[in-house]
Amino acid sequence: MGLGTGLVKGLGVTFKTMARTIVEGAQTVQYPHEKEAPPIRSRGVIALREENCTVCMLCARSCPDWCIYIEGHKQLAPPRRAGGKPRTVSALDRFDIDFALCMYCGICVEVCPFDALFWSPEYEYSEPRIADLLHDKDKLGEWMETVPAAPELDPGADKKGKK
Amino acid sequence: MTMISDRQQLSYIASQAADARVNVELETEGMTLNIGPQHPATHGTLRIVCRLDGEQVVWAEPIPGYMHRGYEKLTEVRTFPQVTTLVNRIDWLGSFCNEVPFILAAEQLMDIEAPPRAQHIRTLLFEMGRIANVILFLGDMGVQLGAVTPVFFAFRDREFVLNQIEAATGGRFHPNFDRIGGLKDDLPKGWIDESRAVMRRVRSFCDEMEDLLLGNEIFEARTRGIGVIPREIALQYGLSGANLRASGVDWDLRRDQKLPMAWDKCDWKVWTHPDGDSFARYWVRLQEVRESSKIVDQLLDTMPSGPIMAKVPRIIKVPEGEAWVATENPLGEMGYYVVSKGDLGPFRVKIRSASFSNISVASWVLRGTYVPDVITILASLYFILGDIDR
Amino acid sequence: MSAASVLAIEIPYWGQSILRVVGGLAALLLIAGTVVYLYLFKAVSFMQSRLGPMEAGPYGSMQLLAEVGKWLQKEDLFPDNADKRIFKLAPIIVLVSTFLLYLTIPWGPDAFFLDPATFNTGIFFTLAVSSISVLGILMAGWSSANKYSLMGGLRAAGQLIAYELPMVLAVVGVVIQAGTLNLQGIVVAQNDGSIFGFEYLGNPFVLTQAIGFLIFVIAAQAELTQTPFDMPIAESELVAGYMTEYSGFRFLIFFIAEFASAGAFAGIASVLFLGGWGLPTAWGDWTSGNAMNVIGPVLLLTKILLLSFVIFWARFSFPRLREDQLQRFAWKILIPLALGNIAVTAILKVVF
Repeated sequence: MGLGTGLVKGLGVTFKTMARTIVEGAQTVQYPHEKEAPPIRSRGVIALREENCTVCMLCARSCPDWCIYIEGHKQLAPPRRAGGKPRTVSALDRFDIDFALCMYCGICVEVCPFDALFWSPEYEYSEPRIADLLHDKDKLGEWMETVPAAPELDPGADKKGKK
Repeated sequence: MTMISDRQQLSYIASQAADARVNVELETEGMTLNIGPQHPATHGTLRIVCRLDGEQVVWAEPIPGYMHRGYEKLTEVRTFPQVTTLVNRIDWLGSFCNEVPFILAAEQLMDIEAPPRAQHIRTLLFEMGRIANVILFLGDMGVQLGAVTPVFFAFRDREFVLNQIEAATGGRFHPNFDRIGGLKDDLPKGWIDESRAVMRRVRSFCDEMEDLLLGNEIFEARTRGIGVIPREIALQYGLSGANLRASGVDWDLRRDQKLPMAWDKCDWKVWTHPDGDSFARYWVRLQEVRESSKIVDQLLDTMPSGPIMAKVPRIIKVPEGEAWVATENPLGEMGYYVVSKGDLGPFRVKIRSASFSNISVASWVLRGTYVPDVITILASLYFILGDIDR
Repeated sequence: MSAASVLAIEIPYWGQSILRVVGGLAALLLIAGTVVYLYLFKAVSFMQSRLGPMEAGPYGSMQLLAEVGKWLQKEDLFPDNADKRIFKLAPIIVLVSTFLLYLTIPWGPDAFFLDPATFNTGIFFTLAVSSISVLGILMAGWSSANKYSLMGGLRAAGQLIAYELPMVLAVVGVVIQAGTLNLQGIVVAQNDGSIFGFEYLGNPFVLTQAIGFLIFVIAAQAELTQTPFDMPIAESELVAGYMTEYSGFRFLIFFIAEFASAGAFAGIASVLFLGGWGLPTAWGDWTSGNAMNVIGPVLLLTKILLLSFVIFWARFSFPRLREDQLQRFAWKILIPLALGNIAVTAILKVVF
């Protein structure tokens, strides 16, 4: 049992790490005193831009967990130019996302044809009651303020790529 | 007839003798030891029932199923993008790797190929998933053996890889990035340079693990000659991945298969080890992480420009047919057999997961071993419960 | 106690005894607490690139207090079939064994708990007393009414007994060189001595008894059931260790005893090998006045912390040995080495 270099080298590694931690600081982030900013694309919470939504229900249908609850009705809106017919538009009554069920997969955001849903990197919205994790239309609208601009793409990317 | 070493020979004979003893002495008053389902040593809820004779295991059987989530049933009522989201969660440590064979099977059915840039990035993220997965193994095996420090280094250096995956895909653990025909998004600016720095970090972690754990005499004493799986047994039980390569079988699907991915555009090597013991399995995985980081570096240097999505319709209906695609995932060979009837979603998906076959050898290899070695062997086989049970 | 002569007041014998017990407990708790905070919370964290407990008190210094509070408020559980008296007695025996170890260590020329002038068996008593903890562990394993605890307890007992021998044999080399069993005498011999006439280093036995020192530290690591020799405790991954059925206050006693033992063994090793509380006499005559009675304990504490650091450093860096490898290491490697050390020391002592 040649006790020797392997053991000593192992001791050296831990000692070096300890010295590095004392001099340079730890590799951990002291949450909640300091917070690390997640990357721009990070899937934190979903934000809703209500004016773009046409109640097409594509997001609710494509959600793997069926966690989006949408209710809407059709109403008449004034015609675009004078003397025309009144148009029927869809109005959104209820748009709830249950974040207790949400898988954070992003299919709803991707599938929306009218750019009404966006990802935001916000993650500090935990609640003591599960029922409070159901974010309604207004709350989802509030998250819009935290939505960052899409990051610049890598130079090799095709300029006409998606999103 | 392959050459197996004396060590392998002796352990084989010992296990046969233990087997014979069980058959003869069924009346023996032995202890039945139940490891799991809740247990720190098994990566999840695996239950292994062992019958002991003093310190030795005479009979062992793994009982999986405590984490069965019904994946194959779930896929029957989901569309292709939804299934892609779900299968991230099978092997949750190297999660992008689970999406790839499924998407490749669907693309085979649709008879389309992703553009070169998409293939490149797919391979890149695949290898990063492999690095993230196996780094955890390198630290975790230390913890099973009693060394508490390596696992912290593993988590620390794995964070950098996960940050890169998150910067590109939006999710650390569940990227959900692969789409039929290509990828969801392109890479953000500066990602390539950051990834190079991260790969340097990964390589320095491998060097650290070599000094701290692999070269350690105590580690060697605990793992050399423990849990020897001879070549034939490994092939019979359907082992795959590093477990197979550590028993001396030169088998790597990345090299041996022709898939629309970028592995054949890189210069890399397959690592094997003749011994087939726990040390060999650790050693092979360590070399594989280094090799993966070199592959990633080469892919970063040769990234082609262009679109990342082929021309596919908005609503994808995969034509009728059946396809089987298997890839060399971090845990072993993972394959999807996709049966489609022309719908939005698959008709039936059969998931061949690596850990399910890997753990089946436990009943063979645990016979005749001592109780402390059971943990070492299970740790070196490296299974993830999500992969076993799906 | 020596303080009587210092303060020039008459304290009756029973008063002195109480002071000794209190002083001993204070030393035990102080060292155990410091070792736990510095090494179990902070050094391990720094070795793992993290900071450790930071919230309880400045830099987490009050974490130990928080843990004590937590353990104290837990329910006092008994297994149904446990032998209650032995179950309750086991942690106390382990603690008492450690406490007695602290009593024997000399902290200064006049700062000691047991008067060396009348206490001639010194190191012999120390080693004998350290074996009592084995009894406590066996009792804990037996009375837990748990098949696995018993196995863990037996394995622990086997390991501790196996490593007693190299420890004792390593000490014999020191005793031969010092010429006395008396701990105070050993300290004085180191500080008054010289190496080939060079006086300024004294004669710390770590230099001449390097192998003995190594054996002693390894054996101490095993006596404390620290990694790489912690199979009896870590057996709890597979089989329950002897401490499993203990909770609350009783577990706290085991916990404190474990770290106090680490300090105690480090203290004994400092006394035997590093020169104890003293500085080489060539540096100045310290025996006059009370200076050494204040500096001595501080110096000894520094040496204890240094040695404890080495013990914990090894604990956090290495994986653990299997039980049979452990035993093989003790019986086939350490004991022959220690015996060889004694032979060489004896020969050299006669020659020089």
